Amino acid sequence: MDFILIAVMVLGGIGLIAALVLYVCSKKFAVYEDPRIAQVNELLPGANCGGCGFPGCGGMADALVKGADAGSLDGLLCPVGGAETMGRVADLLGMAIANGEPKVAVVRCNGTCELRPRTAEYVGLRTCAAMNACGAGETACGFGCLGCGDCVDACQFDAIHINAETGLPEVDDEKCVACGACVKACPRNIIELRKKGPKNRRVYVRCVNKDKGVVSMKACKVSCIGCSKCVKECAFGAITVTANLSYIDPEKCRLCRKCVKVCPTHAIHETNFPAPKPAPENPVQANNERKEEQA
Amino acid sequence: MTIKTFSIGGVHPEENKLTHEAATQVAALPKQAVFPLSQHIGAPAKAVVKKDDKVKVGTLIAEAGGFVSAPIYSSVSGTVFKVDTAIDATGYRKPAVIINVEGDEWEESIDRSDKLELVKDHPELTPEEIVNRVKEAGVTGMGGAGFPTFIKLTPPPTAKAECVIINAVECEPYITADYRLMMEKSDEILVGLELLMKAAKVTKGYIGIETNKPAAIDLLTKKCAEAFCASEYTVEVVPLKQRYPQGGEKQLVDAVISRQVPAPPAIPVNVGAIVQNVGTAFAVYEAVMKHKPLFERYTTVTGKQLAHPGNFLVRMGTPMSMLIDACGGMPEGDNKLLAGGPMMGKALTSVDVPICKGTNSVTILSGDDARRKEPQPCIRCAKCVGACPMGLEPYLLAKLSELKNWERAEHEDIVSCIECGSCQFTCPAHRPLLDNIRLGKATVMGIIRNRNAKK
Repeated sequence: MDFILIAVMVLGGIGLIAALVLYVCSKKFAVYEDPRIAQVNELLPGANCGGCGFPGCGGMADALVKGADAGSLDGLLCPVGGAETMGRVADLLGMAIANGEPKVAVVRCNGTCELRPRTAEYVGLRTCAAMNACGAGETACGFGCLGCGDCVDACQFDAIHINAETGLPEVDDEKCVACGACVKACPRNIIELRKKGPKNRRVYVRCVNKDKGVVSMKACKVSCIGCSKCVKECAFGAITVTANLSYIDPEKCRLCRKCVKVCPTHAIHETNFPAPKPAPENPVQANNERKEEQA
Repeated sequence: MTIKTFSIGGVHPEENKLTHEAATQVAALPKQAVFPLSQHIGAPAKAVVKKDDKVKVGTLIAEAGGFVSAPIYSSVSGTVFKVDTAIDATGYRKPAVIINVEGDEWEESIDRSDKLELVKDHPELTPEEIVNRVKEAGVTGMGGAGFPTFIKLTPPPTAKAECVIINAVECEPYITADYRLMMEKSDEILVGLELLMKAAKVTKGYIGIETNKPAAIDLLTKKCAEAFCASEYTVEVVPLKQRYPQGGEKQLVDAVISRQVPAPPAIPVNVGAIVQNVGTAFAVYEAVMKHKPLFERYTTVTGKQLAHPGNFLVRMGTPMSMLIDACGGMPEGDNKLLAGGPMMGKALTSVDVPICKGTNSVTILSGDDARRKEPQPCIRCAKCVGACPMGLEPYLLAKLSELKNWERAEHEDIVSCIECGSCQFTCPAHRPLLDNIRLGKATVMGIIRNRNAKK
């Protein structure tokens, strides 16, 4: 009987000591984590895309709570969840709604296979990064899209695809969450996050070529040549030309589209505007037709 | 006697030295010369001329833009047409000085005679004076990479130079410019070597030559015995077994003096060796003894399809198209144009690219020779591991780069890669190993630079 008793006492003793050590450790080395971080993390989408600029949703939740303690949520936006998620987070933290205008990725190159002739053949590794490191690529434009689809691979939301006909990537406005993964993936900085705009309407320069007009015109028919006609036309001072390249500031642009009409190379692009009404060839005849219809 | 070579890896591509016996021709002057402002490793040079300035052969047109940089001199006389951008060997448009050529008038300070100047006749040449003249003349490595020579001659205080090794290996297929230079200007090269040894304050010199150039080995051995018999310097011509990439600095140091250069940031001088190309030795001779800045070089124009491939003494800034025309014009059909040889050369998309300080060859491969085969899955044969002269594992580095696992790539020493392409050359599955590794190396080097900048 003795040895059973001894065994029980030894085991019990070890258990007691271990429990004591564990208890002391858990109290002494306890790490306090704000319970709100876990709550905010619950509200975030959990895609861990990094679009907010933090390493995953956990990092964003941490930053949001810290921001709330500091008194402001400015500059923090979950592009995936958008205003809705941010509203819920703000409610939870008792803050005013952090506002951020919805953005979307736009591809600033229109050098399609047709408009930008091929001058060389590339046979190496088919990624944009590799092709960019080797030289100008398959066309004479050293700034334009290489068309290997590094942006497509980077997108976790299936929102950007290469159009087989033009050889250029196209963004699906509905799916794009403006996480900026494609912006980082593009070795030539062609993709930009721009304001989505009212009814998805946007006006932007679809070119990033900084060469002089003579050179860029030879490489591509729709390149910006830095002629500054758009700058003169713009009544709102939204357009600037630096290094032979025009840029439209989305904050100042009022979408009047006057610049689109004056651009000699059609480098300025408008999206989602209604098609202009076809001007009737003979106004009198058109009027008569309308009267007949009414009758 | 066993013939020396480096200890690990290496491949042996087909030689194709088509222009071995073609004596060097002096290339015609171009109508317009283009001088890109970054022809060397380091900061681009800063242009000191402007539109409509008159220049002569040997006039300074751009000064060094930083410590690691080199000035650029005009190779032609004429008028500056503009300071603009021009396409260079990187494939992009970069700042360049463009000069319209008129006549051929040289700066008076340049000694144009053929008289061989010897070091012993010039007591004014202290080591500091030699380094200074080399620096002023804009001499950079002539083997391809283009590192400013004067920096190599002034090693950091932590390292001590013990010998100068002349790189006359020319292990790249096709190229013969260094060989022709050795055959035609051997005396000048040896004076150049003496100057380099004097500048580096060492007395031991080596000249590493591969055994496929027996005539050069014989000639230089004979000349060395004559030139250095009664001097404090000892110079040894070391025949080396043919193996690519023996012309890589680290491989050459291993082959000649059996010392291994540690991983970057270590450089050959950390194990006591200063490696200079033969072309550089010749440029040093001309710069120091003839007051002639670096503005012309020996270049091979070669390719199996070319009618008359040859070696040229060419003024820098000459467009490649002129040299190709002098060799019978661009062959019919698809061609791959390279600045450099087929292993490490840079593919170009324009024939207007000018000859620069580092352009040792213009190689034209036919489209069929150049086109790659369809990549197959890796069969884990480890041939790339056996071929890597740096003892790396190329298949692993390529995969890590593909997966963007930069931390592990750095741990596996991706920055030690010398981009020689032996792995890709040897891969039976035609995998784009080097393309991936090069991207990974560039990214990891960027990460390391950022980290060091923050410290």
